[in-house]
Amino acid sequence: MTNAVGRSVSRKDGIGKATGQARYADDLTFPGMLHGRTIRTTVACGQVAGVRLDFDPAGFTVVDHRDIPGRNVVALIADDQPCLVEREIRHAAEPVLLLAHESREALLGATVGLDEQPGTPIFDPEQSPTAFKTILIEKGDVTAGFSAADHIVEGTYRTGHQEHVYIEPQGVIAVPEDGGITVYGSIQCPFYAHRALAVVLGDTVSSVRVVQTETGGGFGGKEEYPSGIAAHAALLALKACRPVKLVYDRVEDMLATTKRHPSIVRHRTGLTRDGRLVAMDIEVILDGGAYTTLSPVVLSRGSIHAGGPYRCDNVRIAARAMFTNTPPNGAFRGFGAPQTQFAVEVHLERIAESLGLDPVRLRERNLLRAGDTTATGQKLGDDCAALEVLRTAVRRSSYRRKRKAYAGTGRGIGLAMYWHGSGFTGSGELKLASRATVEITPTGARVLTSSTEIGQGTRTMHAQIVADTLGVPYEQIEVATPDTSIVPDSGPTVASRTCMVVGRILQRAAEEVRRKLGDLTPIEYYQRHGPLSVTSQYEQPDWIEWDEVNYRGDAYAAYAWGCDVAEVELDPDTWEVRPLRVTVVNEIGRVIHPALARGQVEGGTAQGLGYALLERVAMQGGVMANAQLTNYIIPTTMDTPKLDVVMLEHPYAGGPFGAKGLGELPIDGPAPAVINAIRHLGLDVRAIPAIPETIREAACASG
Amino acid sequence: MRFRLNEQDVELKVSPMARLLDVLREDCGLTGTKEGCGEGECGACTVLVDGEAVCSCLIPVAQVEGTEVTTIEGLGAEHPLQRAFMDEVGAQCGICTPGMILTATTLGRRPSLAKIRQGLAGNLCRCTGYEAIYRAIHAAS
Repeated sequence: MTNAVGRSVSRKDGIGKATGQARYADDLTFPGMLHGRTIRTTVACGQVAGVRLDFDPAGFTVVDHRDIPGRNVVALIADDQPCLVEREIRHAAEPVLLLAHESREALLGATVGLDEQPGTPIFDPEQSPTAFKTILIEKGDVTAGFSAADHIVEGTYRTGHQEHVYIEPQGVIAVPEDGGITVYGSIQCPFYAHRALAVVLGDTVSSVRVVQTETGGGFGGKEEYPSGIAAHAALLALKACRPVKLVYDRVEDMLATTKRHPSIVRHRTGLTRDGRLVAMDIEVILDGGAYTTLSPVVLSRGSIHAGGPYRCDNVRIAARAMFTNTPPNGAFRGFGAPQTQFAVEVHLERIAESLGLDPVRLRERNLLRAGDTTATGQKLGDDCAALEVLRTAVRRSSYRRKRKAYAGTGRGIGLAMYWHGSGFTGSGELKLASRATVEITPTGARVLTSSTEIGQGTRTMHAQIVADTLGVPYEQIEVATPDTSIVPDSGPTVASRTCMVVGRILQRAAEEVRRKLGDLTPIEYYQRHGPLSVTSQYEQPDWIEWDEVNYRGDAYAAYAWGCDVAEVELDPDTWEVRPLRVTVVNEIGRVIHPALARGQVEGGTAQGLGYALLERVAMQGGVMANAQLTNYIIPTTMDTPKLDVVMLEHPYAGGPFGAKGLGELPIDGPAPAVINAIRHLGLDVRAIPAIPETIREAACASG
Repeated sequence: MRFRLNEQDVELKVSPMARLLDVLREDCGLTGTKEGCGEGECGACTVLVDGEAVCSCLIPVAQVEGTEVTTIEGLGAEHPLQRAFMDEVGAQCGICTPGMILTATTLGRRPSLAKIRQGLAGNLCRCTGYEAIYRAIHAAS
């Protein structure tokens, strides 16, 4: 059996996750291990004037910024975030001091007096004087476009924070080993942590090694943030000369770690009488929080997707990510695109309403087709599936019939189109220069990459690609644990790139192995000639051109396409909006593993429904006031409606077996589809989360 | 402290106010029971006490004196729900899976979708959107 691709083969995780045998960070212990704890600021900005240990320090290891042998930064893009606060406080819950002790009770009982002198914080990104990054995308002549327009429609749209709520909180264990340090942990990007550790520890250690443990969800939340935790645990472990486990509880995790960037997006759109887009002027503002983290790249993806999957000759997108005194916002599935696509899709619905056009007809008229160009001037290929996706969703959901039937009832139906670029933006993949290895073993072959399994099925999907390329049974393929001492750097496990980009590198490595095997199977080759290993590196498709300065050109090698149709019901007593059913049509190129792919679509859709209706981060004075699962609400079984998923396949020639990226796409659609369904109820909502208070306000405003 | 744990008698010298979750994970070495929130909201720490699904993070160990406690390890590796959760991709990241499976064992034979949704309402999953979990439970029943 050599056709694993396209079949829902058994997961490589085996049975461990269902028997409790899979080992997550908090499940591991090491001899002599201490527990770690982080002492954090409580004010949103100001100065640390003094630190007082109000406990008997015997048996404790205490670390502050003076214990950092290298540079006091969490290395990422701008290197502006300290590993431990020296004096300046930029946000609440910023780490100042680290403690470790054998006994968790003693550790939790230790009190530290932090003398904080508060300053004057900035919470409104529009009032902030500091931008982490600005981006301007210009196509055609917007002024001329507006002068030719018959109608102009304007609007402002807002989205709130979103917390990842991976069910396993952040956690790592640092173990001093042979003059070096090894960090085991719940980590999406082992080489990010590896680099950050090397910068903090300098040349005081002989080696740095990062090993991913089984990871209980990530969604972007374990992309960059674990680098700081890894550094904290390593500093404690090196000072104590013992292993140190640093695991956050849920409250600390929610207070301190990154969230999805809140956004304000303003649209001014010019249209012809018959509903053709002739000018789009878009302003995007992201709240970056207190440090740069990944805001420049989140802004980049957000702004490139801001015009939605529509053709328009005259576009101007001006975007900025602003500093505020809140915990830094960071990577979260979708990476800026859910925010900007929420705005454009709700805006389009308002356009349809104000022009008296059918929402489907308006979209059909303007959707991107093969040969059209995007806002960055990228010409789309034949795999552009926008129109087919829309028509399939409309048909499948009986949208037109229900649109009529629900009118005037407590039910509404609305739709949203979306698209999502696969892989790093522009020349990002070229700069990453990711590598992946296939080696033959006595029992078949082994895949070595730094791509992490965080639930999405990396191990399984990579093994399928390699099995079919080598022409051997799937069962003969093993997948190595991401351990920086043995795997090549395949780049981070982010940006919907693990299948399309890393999978393609693996496919090329496997093709090379197959050529070298000749007529032999891997097992036969190993018996006769011994080991064989091939490492391949990313090769950019020759047609890609990208101008980083002017944001012109081929922003992504491929786009996946989606349409969601949401049906909702309003409870007139509680003002709650309940989703009844969501039809999801996603075009993702060749589907490598149907059940895993469906899992990404269903899970992403549920997470998007939470973003739309339930998940409110209540920031008070720069502190998340509802940092617990009791009152930060994610969808339960009772909140998640029937999800009807259709996957379409328009193969992308540059992906393994025609695959595109998938992981992020499904979170772009639910929020605008739900808000457009609420609009069908006659309620003008332009912000999420649309909690009952928001709905009630809209109802009162509409009289 | 005496109780039955996965069909074996256990006797432990632990603080009666220790959380059952910590006793299971640290004193009994059964790390299949997970902590997700520590306040009884997520259900990752679900175990069965006399056949009833409860959050072990909310229960002082004193409360299980004389009872029969079952953790995911007590199901072995052959329970139909375990295989179904892997086959149907009801487990993605897997951190909610032990609690989810233990709760699912209390749903009876051939549960309706409405009964499954009601029964699992205290077990949060952030990966699947629950559909694959329903498919797994249907497949196993």
